[in-house]
Amino acid sequence: MFQFKCPHCGLRDANEFTYGGDATIAWPDLGASEQEWFDAVYQRENPRGPHREYWHHAGGCRQWVVVDRDTLTHEIHGCRAASETQK
Amino acid sequence: MSRIDGFGRIDRSKPLSFTFDGKTYQGFEGDTLASALLANGVSLVGRSFKYHRPRGVFSAGPEEPNALVALRSGARREPNTRATMVELYDGLVAESQNRWPSLAFDVQAVNQVFARFLPAGFYYKTFMGPFANTRLWMMFEHVIRRAAGMGSATYETDPDTYARRSVHCDVLVVGGGPSGLSAALAASETGARVILIDEHAEFGGRLRQDRYDIDGMPAADWVAKSLATLASRDTVRLLSRTSAFGYYDNNMIGCVERVTDHLAVPVDHKPRQRWWQIRAAQVVLATGALEQPLVFGNNDRPGVMLAGAVRAYLNQFGVLPGKRAVIFTSGDDAYRTALDLTAAGAQVMAVVDSRDTAQSALTQAVRDAGIEVLTGHAVVDTHGSPTLQRVDVMPLTGGTVREFTCDLLAMSGGWQPSVHLSSQTGAKPVWNAELSCFLPGVPKRPERSAGSAAGHFTLYGCLSEGSVRGLEAAKAAGFSATGTFAIPQVDIERFAPTAPLWEAPDPPPGLFGGHPKKFVDHQDDVAASDIQLAHREGYISVEHLKRYTTLGMGTDQGKTSNLTGLAIMAALRGEPIEKVGTTTFRPPYTPISIGAMGGSERGQQYKPRRRSPMHDWHDARVGEWVPAGLWDRPRHYPATPGESMRDAYIRETRQTRGSVGICDVTTLGKIDLQGPDALDFINRIYANGFSNLPVGKVRYGLMLREDGMVLDDGTVARLGETHYVITTTTANAVPVMAKIEFLLQAVWPELKVKATSVTEQYAAIAVAGPKAREVMQRVVDLDVSNAAFPFMACAPCRTKDGVPGRLFRISFSGELAYEIAVPSDYGQQVWDALMAAGREFDIVPYGLEALGNMRIEKGHVAGSELDGRTTADDLGLGKMLSKKKDFIGKALAFRPGMTGETRKKLVGLVPVDGRSSLPNGSQIVSVDHTDPPVKMLGHVTANGFSPERNIPVALALLEGGLAREGETVLVTHPLKNIAVQARVTGPVFVDPEGKRLHD
Repeated sequence: MFQFKCPHCGLRDANEFTYGGDATIAWPDLGASEQEWFDAVYQRENPRGPHREYWHHAGGCRQWVVVDRDTLTHEIHGCRAASETQK
Repeated sequence: MSRIDGFGRIDRSKPLSFTFDGKTYQGFEGDTLASALLANGVSLVGRSFKYHRPRGVFSAGPEEPNALVALRSGARREPNTRATMVELYDGLVAESQNRWPSLAFDVQAVNQVFARFLPAGFYYKTFMGPFANTRLWMMFEHVIRRAAGMGSATYETDPDTYARRSVHCDVLVVGGGPSGLSAALAASETGARVILIDEHAEFGGRLRQDRYDIDGMPAADWVAKSLATLASRDTVRLLSRTSAFGYYDNNMIGCVERVTDHLAVPVDHKPRQRWWQIRAAQVVLATGALEQPLVFGNNDRPGVMLAGAVRAYLNQFGVLPGKRAVIFTSGDDAYRTALDLTAAGAQVMAVVDSRDTAQSALTQAVRDAGIEVLTGHAVVDTHGSPTLQRVDVMPLTGGTVREFTCDLLAMSGGWQPSVHLSSQTGAKPVWNAELSCFLPGVPKRPERSAGSAAGHFTLYGCLSEGSVRGLEAAKAAGFSATGTFAIPQVDIERFAPTAPLWEAPDPPPGLFGGHPKKFVDHQDDVAASDIQLAHREGYISVEHLKRYTTLGMGTDQGKTSNLTGLAIMAALRGEPIEKVGTTTFRPPYTPISIGAMGGSERGQQYKPRRRSPMHDWHDARVGEWVPAGLWDRPRHYPATPGESMRDAYIRETRQTRGSVGICDVTTLGKIDLQGPDALDFINRIYANGFSNLPVGKVRYGLMLREDGMVLDDGTVARLGETHYVITTTTANAVPVMAKIEFLLQAVWPELKVKATSVTEQYAAIAVAGPKAREVMQRVVDLDVSNAAFPFMACAPCRTKDGVPGRLFRISFSGELAYEIAVPSDYGQQVWDALMAAGREFDIVPYGLEALGNMRIEKGHVAGSELDGRTTADDLGLGKMLSKKKDFIGKALAFRPGMTGETRKKLVGLVPVDGRSSLPNGSQIVSVDHTDPPVKMLGHVTANGFSPERNIPVALALLEGGLAREGETVLVTHPLKNIAVQARVTGPVFVDPEGKRLHD
């Protein structure tokens, strides 16, 4: 089982978290074009190797985190608060 | 009885009684079911999967392919348990499987006669050819599946409990044989926290089953001494009866401990099994090796057994599995079996060795004992029914067949290290030609294999390698050796080189020609000829071979067949074994019960049920509880004990619309939003606009997903300049909250808004009906007249007895209605006050059915319409989408496919006959086209009965929507054999102008 080092709670089991989607995709502005939104909603890479994902610490501090995970080896390379990554 | 005095570790002072197929037998404490059956001379224990051939005990461990029995009875019945792993207890009840009407006489054994019609891939072949897709094929499939079944499980609820534990350690040692014990001793010496696990009841591994001296004492004494040393260290945890079944990410090993499986019924509130998640800094895999069988004619007859298993039955259980034995081997190890059998008084007729020569101290000892050794020979056929009576031996190069009378054939095709766990980490096993086995691959995780799991097949190798690997693991975990560590003294063994025999030659053809079947996979009835057939048919990859022939696909996962199977495949392809490779090893190593996986998360522990503060009041009156999200909601309140649910909800509806009703709406999601940017945020997440919503007002709100589909609906109440409370549907309370958190943290962290879920903090009560105002006015100290508190007003309030709350004039029922929210602890008090105030108006509590019925009458959408596939336009809410602002989902909500005329849209339906109900989920088809294939035009999403209109009503999503208003369609429910003509109407059946809301 994965373990994520939650910036608020420390090292916790993955079953406290809920997967929240691809974090390499930036949310377009609400006023962005249909094409931009279409790409953001539907176009997904399925990388074999390093990837960036949103996870929600729903069974903990309820903070969203951005996790760098290798989809091939399942290694976790980083876990940051989602609010930090936006600044 | 075939117990031998002076042998075995069973406790002969503790006899145990058990039954097998209804017959009672005696065993002793320390027996397994298999050893006890053998001790009682029961050699036929099961029938094979496909041909229903008689089968006996084959091994003495977890690899057992044959002796699968149904253990226990009633709710505790457990099929496919391995008799070799079942510890005997007094009163044990077991049954053989896969036979009818009895084990000795099995009707389907006739399959053997028809074996030529049941080739490899037979089942798949029935998919093709003349019978494919026919009713006849359906019948075949049914018969094949039934005939080829394994044991059957109980249908009763498991009465036992299962526990779960997570632990951390520095060094985990898997396997408590000589290597594992040495590793644990060396690792724990450094002070590291060590866990040592073993799947058997007793530690010791082969030391329980072979005769060795260590440090000048019997091996059993050395094991006891080592365990005492380990137990004295408080950094060591010893777990017996614990199987490591999987190696997972972050160096987590999954294990199941069989806590009370060795008892008839769990005692002292103990769980039956415990699931361990062990996270180890370093792992030592001392998982040992599995002896491989040999492949020759009729090698599956009861009485044919692994040579190491024979020694186990002799030395651990004091059971002599046969009185006249033949040994068939391709290596030195089985020679021990010849010596042990002789020591126990059995007659060893011959050792048949497939190697050209066999010169070592061990083989010489056998010759010195006067036992005939036939090198360059093979057993080619066996005879006897149902158990072994004779074997035929022939030189490998062909020639004269010699017959040996015997009741036991002990075979050994060499030992294959148990590389399962290391392979699960992705370390591909590596073929070792010298040892003729796969060794663990280069580690990808902090693990190493030790002892025979790493190909060290001598005791000295196990003990020394174990110590080295244990110490290495402790050092890698950051510990250092303090004292000196002596490797125990044992005799050095030197074996003659092994030379594998993957398949013995066929015997000379019999009277009618043909050759006996040579089984590779005993559990799945896969013979060498099946592999040849698969090869002829073009199956080249081992993965395909496995699936086509079912080789290694049984509950034993091919522990005694995969290696031979792929060696035969390699020979057919003319390639070395390393080119062919192995199939993928996946968890679990051995079968684990669903109960252990679930652990304590069953029923209430799996999904805790939330209860409203008024739960007890409802419970005393409710007809039935309905789960809604995680909540329990009352479905209806019968007025008399016999009142049906339908009668009750219609009465509740009528009484509410006629006078006044009261309903617990606590379960709706409530989210408190505060901050200077709250309005901006609300405008972004809802599709309709809120900029002109004044303080003290509520507005209905519609949320879309990013893709433009409807996500949820609810109300937005503005309590202050920068303070809002929004509601969600019961089912979406959790996902909407998670999404709001996501937006505020990950997308728009610059917005100054705090979101707090307050669902549990408030009890919410709806009061609806023409008398609702009079009731509410008697309870709250607020002027609730239409002028002072109009439709969609909201305000803080106090009840007459001082309870603070919030009052909303909102309506789901379509009647004049109020919703009051008070702190949860006051919920019952306010409910009681409202009931008392409503008494003179004959106030009626209404449940979820009436609530749903009234919303159907009003055409309000709910969960069954918000199914993730509907757009605002589909639900008649298209006009709500704001043109003035940007909001989530706007960009994609106006794509061409989202608003087309042919989309399925919300309509009402009434039965043409005015009586028939229109069940939920019914498919709507055209009345003109009822011959298949029939086009489905839509489906009924919700249905009820309108007392006011005195007619069943329904909401539906129908292609074309209201463009079909007035048309007649056919509402069909084939499962209920229902076909009703219905008329398409608008979705609002009651008070279409909404007058009652505003009065």
